[in-house]
Amino acid sequence: MDALAVARWQFGITTVYHFLFVPLTIGLALLVAIMETFYVRTRDPRFLRATKFWGKLFLINFVVGVVTGIVQEFQFGMNWSSYSRFVGDIFGAPLAIEGLAAFFLESTFIGLWVFGWKRLSPRMHLFTAWMVSFGTTVSAFWILAANAWMQNPVGYRINPEAGRAELVSFLEVVTNEVAWVHFAHTIAVSVLTAGVLMLAVAAWHLRRDPPDPVFRFSAVLASVVILVSALASGVTGHWQGQVMTRVQPMKMAAAEALWETEQPASFSLFAIGDIENGRNRINLRVPGALSFLATNSWDAEVLGINPLQAEFEEKYGPGNYIPPVGTVYWSFRLMVGIGFFLIALGGWGCYLAYRKRMERSPRFLRIALWALPLPFLANIFGWIVTEIGRQPWVVYGELLVADGVSPSVSGVEVLLTLIGFTVVYGVLTAVNVYLMTKYARAGTTDESSADQVAAALAY
Amino acid sequence: MEFDLNTLWFFLIAFMWIGYFFLEGFDFGVGILLPIIGKDDLDRRVMVNTIGPVWDGNEVWLIVAGGATFAAFPEWYATLFSGFYLPLFLILVALIMRGVAFEYRSKDDNPRWRARWDRAIVFGSAVPALLWGVAFANIVRGVPIDAANEYTGNLLTLLNPYALLGGLTTLLLFTLHGAVFLTLKAGDPVRSRARQVASRLGIPVAALGLAFLVWTWVNSSPARDGTDLVAGVLSVLAALAAVSVILLLRRGAEGWSFVGTGLVILLVTAALFFYLYPAVMPSTTAGVAGLDIYNASATPTALRVMSVAALVFTPLVIAYQGWSYWVFRQRVTREQFAPPGKV
Repeated sequence: MDALAVARWQFGITTVYHFLFVPLTIGLALLVAIMETFYVRTRDPRFLRATKFWGKLFLINFVVGVVTGIVQEFQFGMNWSSYSRFVGDIFGAPLAIEGLAAFFLESTFIGLWVFGWKRLSPRMHLFTAWMVSFGTTVSAFWILAANAWMQNPVGYRINPEAGRAELVSFLEVVTNEVAWVHFAHTIAVSVLTAGVLMLAVAAWHLRRDPPDPVFRFSAVLASVVILVSALASGVTGHWQGQVMTRVQPMKMAAAEALWETEQPASFSLFAIGDIENGRNRINLRVPGALSFLATNSWDAEVLGINPLQAEFEEKYGPGNYIPPVGTVYWSFRLMVGIGFFLIALGGWGCYLAYRKRMERSPRFLRIALWALPLPFLANIFGWIVTEIGRQPWVVYGELLVADGVSPSVSGVEVLLTLIGFTVVYGVLTAVNVYLMTKYARAGTTDESSADQVAAALAY
Repeated sequence: MEFDLNTLWFFLIAFMWIGYFFLEGFDFGVGILLPIIGKDDLDRRVMVNTIGPVWDGNEVWLIVAGGATFAAFPEWYATLFSGFYLPLFLILVALIMRGVAFEYRSKDDNPRWRARWDRAIVFGSAVPALLWGVAFANIVRGVPIDAANEYTGNLLTLLNPYALLGGLTTLLLFTLHGAVFLTLKAGDPVRSRARQVASRLGIPVAALGLAFLVWTWVNSSPARDGTDLVAGVLSVLAALAAVSVILLLRRGAEGWSFVGTGLVILLVTAALFFYLYPAVMPSTTAGVAGLDIYNASATPTALRVMSVAALVFTPLVIAYQGWSYWVFRQRVTREQFAPPGKV
């Protein structure tokens, strides 16, 4: 039993699963805080109903994000102890600070938010909502700063005696450009994910009579949120592409299945054939577009896979430094495609809202409902590009994935826990979908006093 | 004992574990006692809601203890987490089930749905309450570690009688802590039943704890140093605190009893860390000393960064967590969840 392969599957499965809930949590925390702000400003009970309705859906997901997050922190030591020994001096600090500065904040204030409706003044209660949102956002920064260091190690030196990377400048670690583009892009897509969920659920209700004003308002808000955040996702993604071209040219080349260096480089819309091995039969391309994507200029040179492989072999010794090109190529295309579709959906929603015709457009409402899985898929594809695109490295240019695994843990043990987590996560999915459907369909109820809201959200 | 950054971080991590066991200890106890004290759904709902606003924040003490170990002592983190592989997996599954159960149990009226989540809460509370004791007893006792800092034992190595006694001690101690917490936080009949359970648990907890601490003291004899003596004194104080809990429970002093069980947790955990110091994971393998606060540690640069972060954030965290306990200081009663007339 190959512990490495199973440990990689375990990391992939548990991380993708965790990240289904994280963006939704970050995005919904913000949208719920916005709704509660509307309520506290206007004292219109409809906003309180909206806050409670979306708050409940938020909580059903929040808890899964929390508990699956503990697995993430333990997993580095459990399955990747050699990696942990190598990076701990640098990687550990952002992780610990994430707990100290963010997890404490969100978990304490979520308790105050859920149970504090009767005990806190409306303004104080609103404050707790914003602290939860702030906490989820801060947590995203620190974990992404840790990931960014693996993608683009900075502020360190290698201690050959200790056989590890050691911190030289914490400032460089937190100002790592990759951390900030990661962060900007993640926050944008998190808000986008929550916006699409909100629009889909609201659309489901708007197709039924009589439309609840809470959902009319939610659909309008969600459309604006989708348009803005999808555009922001595109802009930050473009920025990310440029940074990536600089720090990990191989990832950009793989995402484009660009085998030879080109100047100007064309962007491949889609290709058919043996992409994995560079024998594309049909390849529909936009001239110069890849140069723009990678460098913001239409005629710049973009390095191809083959020259990069030769360069890596010269630098790091013989080996295969090419990530699985087909996987990265298609994941990148699907992610970007979904992004453009969601920009259009948001624009369409805003147009209909402006013309006050949203409820009378069954086609829009149907498409909005079916768009629900798209942001989740795009989030997964994005991480596949980021993580599989840097193979075979776990710390780019410094440590191979194969050298990171725990020597003291057998393949059977990793398989056992992989099966265990998969079963538990499968059950969680079933329960989560059941409760989300139940409460999303139930709609809002006329519990307009804080007392009733408190009873509805408590355990 | 030299006071340097390594020592500071050793005791900061001890502090985080004390915070974790003190706070999540009563969460575990409430969960374990769910079917024993909660005779009907309304009782169980009262019990879950006594810890409802705080369990999540309490659990973060564990995450921070784990993260701080990773950052301050990467070798300790790597050896411990890969070595105690299957127990940690069980703890993770338990914590997952339990957290989700709190949030989901009241989201559906079906009695079977609730019964299932209640079982998840009991399992999810009892398993970590037992296994944390097993894990800490093994850390203090020492486990086989080779020259490359890799754990070379297996699951059965960890299930030795001493460690199992440690596990039983934390299991019962946390259960008692939870029972006393319920006397403070719940209305009748949960409160009165919790008082009964607590008074029955007092003597077994004191006896088990004493046996465990004496055994730990005996184990430390080959190379007893100054900090081991401190640990011995803390153990005696822990025993005294346990005895006073028994007396306080008889007099019905709920608040002081809770201070007492909290003190026992604090003193026992502190004693274990003093026994350990300056080691963090001693090895039982001949010729291998194992990990200590120097050969397992991060660089001074990393420790300094962490110290600044801890200095800034820890007081803040204590302040707002304290505030949240103040906000939710009232008792939780059946009336809050039952329709009028159906209490």
